[in-house]
Amino acid sequence: MNLANLESLRFFSPELILAGTILVLTFLDLFINNKKSLPLLAAAGALLSLWAVWDLTGTPGGSLFYRMIVLDNFSLFFKVVSLLAVLLAIWMSMESHEVRQVHQGEFYTVLLTAALGMFFMASSSNLLMAYLSLELVSLTSYILTGTLPHNRRSSEAALKYLIYGGVASGCMIFGMSWVFGITGSLDYARINEILLAGAASPMALFIAFVLIIAGFGYKIVIVPFHMWSPDVYQGAPIPITAFLSVGSNAAGLAIMIRFFFPAVSRMGAGGEWISIPGVEWPQLLWIVSAVTMTVGNLCALNQQNLKRLLAYSGIAHAGYLLMGLVVLNNDGLSAILFYIVVYLIMNLGAFLVVMMISNATGREDLDGYRGLAWRGAAFPAVCMAIFLFSLTGLPPLAGFVGKLLLFAAVIKGQFYVLAVVGILNSVISLYYYARIVKTMFLDTPTEDGQVTVAVRILPLLLLLTVPTVVLGIFWEPLFRYTNQSLSFFIK
Amino acid sequence: MTDNVLSQMVFFPLLGAVVILFLPSSRPNLIRWVAAAATVPPLLLAGWLFANFDRTVPGIQFVEKASWIPAYNIEYFVGVDGISISMVLLTALISFICIFASWGIDKAVKGYFALFLLLDMGMMGVFVSLDFFLFYIFWEVMLLPMYFLIGIWGGPRREYAAIKFFLYTLFGSVLMLLAILALYFTSDPHTFDMTQLIAQNDKYSLTVLSIWPFNLWGWSFQHLVWMALFIGFAIKIPAFPFHTWLPDAHVEAPTAISVILAGVLLKMGAYGILRINFPMLPAATADLAFYFLGALGVWNIIYGALCAMAQKDLKKLIAYSSVSHMGYVMLGMASFTSHGINGAVLQMFNHGTITAMLFLLVGVIYDRAHHRDIDGFGGLAASMPLYTGVTALAFFASMGLPGLSGFISEVLVLLGAWQNYPILAILGASGVILTAGYLLWTIQRVFLGQPNEKYQGIAEINGRELFTLIPLGIIVIILGVYPHAVLDLLSASLNQLNAMVIPHLS
Repeated sequence: MNLANLESLRFFSPELILAGTILVLTFLDLFINNKKSLPLLAAAGALLSLWAVWDLTGTPGGSLFYRMIVLDNFSLFFKVVSLLAVLLAIWMSMESHEVRQVHQGEFYTVLLTAALGMFFMASSSNLLMAYLSLELVSLTSYILTGTLPHNRRSSEAALKYLIYGGVASGCMIFGMSWVFGITGSLDYARINEILLAGAASPMALFIAFVLIIAGFGYKIVIVPFHMWSPDVYQGAPIPITAFLSVGSNAAGLAIMIRFFFPAVSRMGAGGEWISIPGVEWPQLLWIVSAVTMTVGNLCALNQQNLKRLLAYSGIAHAGYLLMGLVVLNNDGLSAILFYIVVYLIMNLGAFLVVMMISNATGREDLDGYRGLAWRGAAFPAVCMAIFLFSLTGLPPLAGFVGKLLLFAAVIKGQFYVLAVVGILNSVISLYYYARIVKTMFLDTPTEDGQVTVAVRILPLLLLLTVPTVVLGIFWEPLFRYTNQSLSFFIK
Repeated sequence: MTDNVLSQMVFFPLLGAVVILFLPSSRPNLIRWVAAAATVPPLLLAGWLFANFDRTVPGIQFVEKASWIPAYNIEYFVGVDGISISMVLLTALISFICIFASWGIDKAVKGYFALFLLLDMGMMGVFVSLDFFLFYIFWEVMLLPMYFLIGIWGGPRREYAAIKFFLYTLFGSVLMLLAILALYFTSDPHTFDMTQLIAQNDKYSLTVLSIWPFNLWGWSFQHLVWMALFIGFAIKIPAFPFHTWLPDAHVEAPTAISVILAGVLLKMGAYGILRINFPMLPAATADLAFYFLGALGVWNIIYGALCAMAQKDLKKLIAYSSVSHMGYVMLGMASFTSHGINGAVLQMFNHGTITAMLFLLVGVIYDRAHHRDIDGFGGLAASMPLYTGVTALAFFASMGLPGLSGFISEVLVLLGAWQNYPILAILGASGVILTAGYLLWTIQRVFLGQPNEKYQGIAEINGRELFTLIPLGIIVIILGVYPHAVLDLLSASLNQLNAMVIPHLS
């Protein structure tokens, strides 16, 4: 299936719905006074788009708009992830005290635009399209980060994000120009044909790939392109931090997987992927993965600000996720998809608790959590403990299963050293996650007194806690879904 | 009712924990009684198991199997054989007793008992699960409650002790996870079923691995897996040099949790080696047992005893005596003789009962004097004769006085070790003398001599405390004269286990 513009529109409904919602939001913002209805409208649009994605599941894959983007289970999976992230972020934003100071119309418009960008990141099958979609997500992220008025941290974070982003995407487009120069095509399918014919110089390709990894890696937050993330996470409003930590990371992985697997590698018989001989990008990713998780975990050890700590923990998790790419097989990729879903739930949950406490006490530092469990916030504290131990990867929580699948893929691929590095990193991570738990439960409460959390957020908290536990015990359906999502359309 | 005895034993405590969560925290006594009630059915079922266990069959009994996650071939698979039955009995008994030993806890009672029952479930689950994945889940499920139980209800340095315990154990268990995955992917078809993994134990490669320019002491894949598993288990035993979490955890934990730690958790390490390392990796076991079980065990015996001798804190003394006594278990396992291995598992059981008594007794005195300084007492025998009597029984059992249970298991271990490694047996036997040294010296300092005026009017041991101690005391005496009550359960399976390894001994 290779469709022209008008025929493609039928398979483009999720994007159209989202784009329509964005336009309606912009206009409505000008005319209505009750801004409270805007997030509800945004959420309704996202839900409708989710339904459209659901409706498309099961249709045979194909290329849309003269091979600009593709429709396959893989892209649909990431659309679901982006929509879930944006829906949860909208819900969080409605309760956030920080977001109240912001112009509502613009905020939700830009938030939905970021989600739209993520749609394209997951589905673009053309280098130019990939670049544009990445930029769309980047630009909206800068705006969202700097959205807090009269807040130096927020503005500084946005500027830092912009500069890093500019450099990284500059590197990436330079790398893409190498690929274009070598193959003479921007189309993934054509690139694949030419590269696998073996005509290209491995050295040149390697340089091109390194440059491209810089652009993708900056989105996934891997070392050495991670410097922006702690500042941005700390400066941005919490719902945005939560959204970026999951959505942007997932979209980065999607674009990376789409480029490095269907575009420049070949699928073998038993779910193995065969990369271009002589171009050692898997080995490079091996090192990057090990370094990323180690740096992330070591830096997180002494952080006092929860958002900053979660930023470094996010870097560590990016390292774990990369392990799934290194092994070059479908087990690894399916483990990545599984982990993304699990990470979405538990990381958003952790940020949600951070937001609840910040709303109630105005504090984000570890000291503000002293004895939280004994100060009237026992339920959020217990949920936070569940999320944190899930992030550590302790059974019977969802994070454990995610890690198990990743490590299983690594062991199956016989990358024993990487597995040991990863597993030791999990032990290190326990220290700082448990430090938060310790502060909440073991330390004597401060004289700050009672913490009263808004009852209205508790359903959302429960909504994230329950799957964190349930997926740790019964994960067969999700596993089957991620396995099915692992089909690429390329031709 | 008796179709799924084991599942009931595992999940009854969980049910209790859930019920407790819904009770009002303003009624601590109700919570305590519900917790006690939740440990009764497992105890009764344990009695039923003891009566109905077929002692002549070496294989697993009371099997329950259900598919859990078919995509990865993971099953809910539980059963008991001679290796696990004694531990299941021990766990049921110790948990029941510890509820009563925790009666005095009055801070966040609800949380305490809910976590306690969760821990109980984890322990029981580890001993009955025969699916490696299930085993790992239960193994890890114990960590969290333990962390909070030490960390919230412990002594002054509880936070340090809790995180140290957590980090050490997690380090061990993640290595174990890698080993589990390595075995899983080597088996064909891929399986976590322990009986299948054992049946395929010739598949785990023995080809010497070499990373230029080393040949890694002639180690193979099987040796590496063995070592990863061994480190995980050695941390739990705890074997030197991984033992340093134990004194901290024991000293800071509340009494009942110290009892659980010493009585049940330490056994998991040794149990894991017997359940997994021995039958799944027999060739590596045969190669490495002398160094890492035999010699290290003897080192544990002597080092633990010497450390115990130097302690001023009663709980620390008992903690180090555990290190020493678990050394006998390791030595017995390494001997590959019927005496040795039966003695080792019997020693696990005996150490569980005796050390539980010791910690309970320390708890009794700590509740009254609020310190555990050995030199801070003196002449307690005059004011607490009954307490002194019970303590003497426990101490003598611990040092291996004939007629009490500790004697039988230590003699069996030394007899077994003598047949293969006479030197190790001699060194191990010298540990008995050291043990007698520190224990008698402690009795002398605490109970004999000039009565300390501060403790003239100290209250005698009360009925609830006696209720926790007497069952253990009776078991200690019975097993001292009739060890076959437990040995009968074990020997068929253990001898079969030995037979799997012996052909690989060079």
